[in-house]
Amino acid sequence: MIRGLARALAILLLLAGACAPSRAVAAPVDEKTVHDVAAQLRCVVCQSLSVADSPSETASQMRGIIRERLAAGESPEQVRAYFVEKYGEWILLAPPKSGFNLLVWVVPFAGIGLGLVLVAIILRRWSRAAPASAPSVMDPALRERIRRELSELDKP
Amino acid sequence: MRASWLRWAIPAAVVPVLMLLAYGFKTNPHEIPSPLLDRPAAAFTLTTFGGSPVSLESLRGKVVMLNFWASWCRPACYEEAPTLERTWREYKDKGVMVVGVDIQDRAEAAQKFLAEFGHSFPNAPDPAGRVAVDYGVYGVPETFFIDRKGRVRFKQVGALTDEIARQRLDTLLKEPW
Repeated sequence: MIRGLARALAILLLLAGACAPSRAVAAPVDEKTVHDVAAQLRCVVCQSLSVADSPSETASQMRGIIRERLAAGESPEQVRAYFVEKYGEWILLAPPKSGFNLLVWVVPFAGIGLGLVLVAIILRRWSRAAPASAPSVMDPALRERIRRELSELDKP
Repeated sequence: MRASWLRWAIPAAVVPVLMLLAYGFKTNPHEIPSPLLDRPAAAFTLTTFGGSPVSLESLRGKVVMLNFWASWCRPACYEEAPTLERTWREYKDKGVMVVGVDIQDRAEAAQKFLAEFGHSFPNAPDPAGRVAVDYGVYGVPETFFIDRKGRVRFKQVGALTDEIARQRLDTLLKEPW
């Protein structure tokens, strides 16, 4: 009985030992927050991959630094600011919505709007012009000739 | 005709796009200006491969040439390695300190590299990459020139040459302290 209890306890301890250390270290930091910050940062050694998505060692070290800074009590915003301070705005995958960068956010929508207006103008012109101009295009002389030739054909 | 402006407005709209592309294709996407220039260099304390501590704090008053490298970085790190040692020997008595930071490397490979080139200036590993990120390093080799007041003044991306090292160090050594 005692031996059984001891064995159960040992197994429990082993299990706890297997899962506990990693949890204990990372306990104060939410992995989702780490991922959220990492997803906003450009992996510096890759082309167009975020620090969250890149399998490179650089990205993995950066995730470690993000985790460490969050664990030290920094807010996700502060961690982001730290990377911007070191690498410049270049490190942000989405450029900030201010200053010159605002153009990147505004121009595509302005372009879509302008395109829609253009299409609307052209469509209106086509739909209005088509019925009105078709009959007037025909030369009266030509019309007269067709009429004459048709009546010629009708004659036996 | 009322909408005749459309006839030239559409081709004219292509012009800014072409200009943007012309600009974009001419710039090198790998060349990113460092925001650290003329700002205080981040403090660091590392332990060299030899086991002695090296910190930026203790080097205040010296011009520091901080080189980030790795043994897997071929060929650039191998090309510049002799320059680093030559520069160190030439300038060590003139108030210059050369420090190597080895990033994302294995200790044996790094030590083999150091032995191969006979580096006699302090070299230390940066196992978690903290110093590298503090300096905004995005590849190796990169070399930072730090003035006597502890500010980052120049950054060299890619292999360092004797000429560049000399020119940068002479400039910083001439400055009043």
